[in-house]
Amino acid sequence: MDPSIALLTIFVLAVFTGYEVVSKVSSTLHTPLMSGANAIHGIILVGAVIVAGQADGAGELIVGLVAVVLATLNLVGGFVVTDRMLEMFRAKKAPQQVEAGGAE
Amino acid sequence: MIPVWAQLTYLGAAACFVLALKGLSSPRTARAGNLLGAAAALVAMVVTFIVYDLDHLGLILAAIAVGCIIGVPAARRVAMTAMPQLVALFNGVGGAAAGLVAYLELSAAPTVFPLAAGVATVAVGGVAFSGSVITFLKLQELITTRPVTPPAGPVLFAASLVVTVVLGVIVYADGGGAGWLGALLGLVALVVGVLLVLPVGGADVPIVISLLNAFTGMAVAASGYVLGNALLLIGGTLVGASGSILTRLMAQAMGRSVVSILFGAFKGGSTAGGGVVSERPVRSAGADDIAIMLAYARRVIVVPGYGLAVAQAQHTVHELVELLEKRGVETAYAIHPVAGRMPGHMNVLLAEANVPYEQLLEMETANGQLRTADVALVVGANDVVNPAARTSPGSPIYGMPILDVDHAAAVVFMKRSMRPGFAGIENELLYDPRTTLLFGDAKASLTALVSAVKAL
Repeated sequence: MDPSIALLTIFVLAVFTGYEVVSKVSSTLHTPLMSGANAIHGIILVGAVIVAGQADGAGELIVGLVAVVLATLNLVGGFVVTDRMLEMFRAKKAPQQVEAGGAE
Repeated sequence: MIPVWAQLTYLGAAACFVLALKGLSSPRTARAGNLLGAAAALVAMVVTFIVYDLDHLGLILAAIAVGCIIGVPAARRVAMTAMPQLVALFNGVGGAAAGLVAYLELSAAPTVFPLAAGVATVAVGGVAFSGSVITFLKLQELITTRPVTPPAGPVLFAASLVVTVVLGVIVYADGGGAGWLGALLGLVALVVGVLLVLPVGGADVPIVISLLNAFTGMAVAASGYVLGNALLLIGGTLVGASGSILTRLMAQAMGRSVVSILFGAFKGGSTAGGGVVSERPVRSAGADDIAIMLAYARRVIVVPGYGLAVAQAQHTVHELVELLEKRGVETAYAIHPVAGRMPGHMNVLLAEANVPYEQLLEMETANGQLRTADVALVVGANDVVNPAARTSPGSPIYGMPILDVDHAAAVVFMKRSMRPGFAGIENELLYDPRTTLLFGDAKASLTALVSAVKAL
C-alpha cells in the first residue's frame, strides 16, 4: 500500500475509534474528559521536537523552538491539570483504588 | 525511516491513548486513564529523542524545560474555578504548535495529500489558537462575556474565511515554497478564529472550548500526516473525533445545537435581556430569618452555581448542610449538568470540599425531589434555575433543561447583587412572592447562616 494511503487508512479508523470511545459518558466527566483529550493532543510535542531538530537556519530553529515550548505547555500542563481535577473524584469509600505516583 | 522497534513503541503509545480516553469516560478509572496517557506520552518522547537524528539538542531540551517551568506550576496552582480558562489556553498553544510544525514542513511536504494537510493545519492551528485566546479572555472576564457582534461581523467572518481558503489554495499551488505566504495564511486564520468566537455568549463558551479542542486534535493529526508519524496521526485524530462528540454531548446538555451556539448571536434578538439592573421590588431577609427557615424545614435542596465557586464557599456550604443534617433536615445538592463554568465543573468543586458523592443529585432526580422540598437554597446560581428556559420562547436560554426550583415550597436566593447571570438574562423567579433573597458574598452569607443555625 502507498504510505500516504496507509496513513489515510489509519486516520479513518482512528476517527471511528475516537467516536466510539466517548460516545457514552456522563456529564459529570465532560470536563475532565475534555481536559484529558486536550492533554493528548499535546503529543504534537513529538512533531515539534522533530522539526526543531531538523531546522536549517536561525529562523526555522526559532519557530521550531517556539513550537516546542508551546507543545510542552499543552502536553505537560494538560496532564497535570487533568490529574488535579480527577484527584477530587477520589471516592471516600474506596481509597485503595487510587494509584499513587505523580503525574508527568 | 525510523527503526521497527520505535514504530512499535509508537503504536503501543497510540493504543495507550485510546485506553486513556476510555478510562477517562468512567469515574472509577478516570485518574488511571489520565496517568496512562501521560506515561505513554513520556515514553513516546524518549523514543523520539533516541531514534531521530536531531540537531540543537541542548536548545530543544531547554525549550522543553521552559515549557515545564511555566506549565506545571500554572496547572498546579490554578484555582479550580479558573480551570476552564487554563484548559482553553493549553488547547490554544497546542493548536499554535501544530500550526507552526506544519508551517515548517510546508516546503518539504510532497504534493497532493501531505501538502494539502500541511496547508490545512496552518489554517486550523491558527483558528484554534486565536479562538482559544478569546475564550480565555472571556472566561477570565478580561473582555465582556456577552456576545460581541460587530455590525459587519458576518460579512467580515465570511470574507476572512474566503481569504483563508484562497490563500490556502495559493500556498498549495506554490508547493508551499514561499515562507511568507504560509505565514500570511496563518495570520488570516488568526482573524478567523477571533471572529468565530467573539459572537459566542458567555454561557456557551465551554462548548466552544471543546470544539476548538477538536480542531486542535485535527490539526495535530494532519501535521502527523505531513511528518509521516503515525502516533501524531492517531493521537490527534482520537481527540478530533472524541472532541466533536463531546461538543455535541455538551450542547445537548444545554439544549442547544452547535450551530446556534456559534451563529445564534448574529440572527439578532437571541441575546435579549441586557446587563441592566431592574428596579422591581424583591423580598430580602437577613441570615437569622433564613436560618430559621432552613432549620425547621423537612427537606432542603441546595442548588450550587458558579457564584459558590468564585466565593470559594464549597467548604462552608458543606458545613451548613452537615449542621442541618444533624438537626434532622433531609438535604441534598441538585447539580445542573452545566453548573459552574463547564459540564461537570461543580462536581469537581464539591468533591474538593468532601461532599459525599451520594448527596449530589443529577438533574432529573433533583427535579423529582424539588417538588417535595420545603426550601430550595440557590447559592450563586442563576441561569440554570431560570424558569424563562421553560416559559418564554424568546429567551436565549429557552429550551435549556433547568432545575425546577420554582416547584419547591420556598426559594432562597443567595446573590451578590441583582445583576443578571452569566448569560445576561433577567430571572423572573427573583420577583416571585415565594422567593427570599439573601444579599452578599456567598461565603460571607453562608458563614452567617452557619452561626445563625448553630445559635438556634
